[in-house]
Amino acid sequence: MNNKSIKGKMRKAIFYGHAIPYLEDIEIKGKFIIIEGPDASGRSTQIELLSSKLEADGHAVLNAGLRRSELIGQGILEAKRNFVLGRKTISLFYAADFADQLENKIIPGLRSGYIVLSDRYIYTLMAREAVRGISSSWSRNLYGFALKPDIVFYLDVDPNELVHRVFKKNTYLDYYESGTDLRLSDNMLESFVMYQMLLRKEFKRMQKRYNIISINGNRPIIEINEDLQKRIDNHLINLQNYK
Amino acid sequence: MTYSKKNTGKNIPIKGKLIVVEGIDGSGKSTQLRLLEKWLIAQNMPVFFTEWNSSETVKQITKKGKKSGRLTPITFSLLHATDFADRYERNILPLLHAGYIVLADRYIYTAYARDIVRGCNPNWVKKIYEFAMKPEIVFYFKVPIDIAVDRILSGRPRLKYYEAGMDLNLSNDPYESYRIFQSRIIEQYELLSVSENFTIVDGTMEIEESQRFLRSAVMNLLPLTTKNIRSSKSP
Repeated sequence: MNNKSIKGKMRKAIFYGHAIPYLEDIEIKGKFIIIEGPDASGRSTQIELLSSKLEADGHAVLNAGLRRSELIGQGILEAKRNFVLGRKTISLFYAADFADQLENKIIPGLRSGYIVLSDRYIYTLMAREAVRGISSSWSRNLYGFALKPDIVFYLDVDPNELVHRVFKKNTYLDYYESGTDLRLSDNMLESFVMYQMLLRKEFKRMQKRYNIISINGNRPIIEINEDLQKRIDNHLINLQNYK
Repeated sequence: MTYSKKNTGKNIPIKGKLIVVEGIDGSGKSTQLRLLEKWLIAQNMPVFFTEWNSSETVKQITKKGKKSGRLTPITFSLLHATDFADRYERNILPLLHAGYIVLADRYIYTAYARDIVRGCNPNWVKKIYEFAMKPEIVFYFKVPIDIAVDRILSGRPRLKYYEAGMDLNLSNDPYESYRIFQSRIIEQYELLSVSENFTIVDGTMEIEESQRFLRSAVMNLLPLTTKNIRSSKSP
């Protein structure tokens, strides 16, 4: 057996709130790691780098993320494109998509011992809802069936710096990522920065409750990657020492 | 920041009335609500009719999920909540603000009953639907399980998988499963009829008789003038 394997003891899955009744007592053995952060904060690059490294170390890695379920993901995109959905509707749509992935991908992966790396999680959804005036107790209840991850990182990038990264990537600002529906400003750039500031504030607010580790994302890719990798390695080593 | 709170519309008065029918399939509720709609239209009242699971945006996805048998109690619940929220945010609430009489064939109580029977946590389900306003009146069509099942099965060659509650593993026989599933839903409705103050309608009555009962109950809720009512004939 590979000595780097983390296939240790099965442990009881922990959920944030009212769990899915038939999953309440399940056991998992994999590790569940989340990378949170705004659009263009470098999440996907970091996930790619981390996945390669973890796989090279002999771990089985599974990637997950928001709006990716086969069932619902595409539907959300189409509905958003038509600008027709209300705020509660969008939240519930995302929650359904997330539930589908949690039950059909994340939990089975963790049960069979994968390291599941998720590109965003319920925190992004809750932050978006909070800045849109949806009560946090409603959101917390809604995502109560979410599994508690082992580590949550938040790539914290200055919104003014983010703008430049987005322009480098797309040459335009995305409607929703700019919070245009909130009508913060008629100027798209200002709207983007204001919206990202609000989201960042929500993440700060959630940090303690959800044990979110803030990572300075203003640094070069390699530096951020070393930081993340070191923290993950430490976590995995600690785990081995327990055995 | 409070900009978004300004826009939540909480201070706009509700001028319309929300009237709901609930009950298991085959309890006669839809027939009765359609007759009520005809009557209200004849009175020149602004009426909007809305059915469970009918949002254009969401219906296709729910359908696909049902077809693939991929839905779990949680995704089943959340997709129906999405469907409801879509109709609520785009139709029901704005129309109530505008003074419409909104007739809902099933409302949040259908979700409570079905989701709880499927094993979702009752508090979780109820909190999700917290944003939905309480109806003016909820007619609960109470009917013995045998009668309802006969009514449904007589016109239908085959029961669908989720309709029969096959996902609950109650029985391998869809008809038996359907029966057990529906009786469990009745149990939930019975509890709700007390806590949510339902107006009970005897679903075994003649159609005309039930309709007279509904109309007189609705008349008490509406700002119809006496002249208005007298000038049009009820059946």
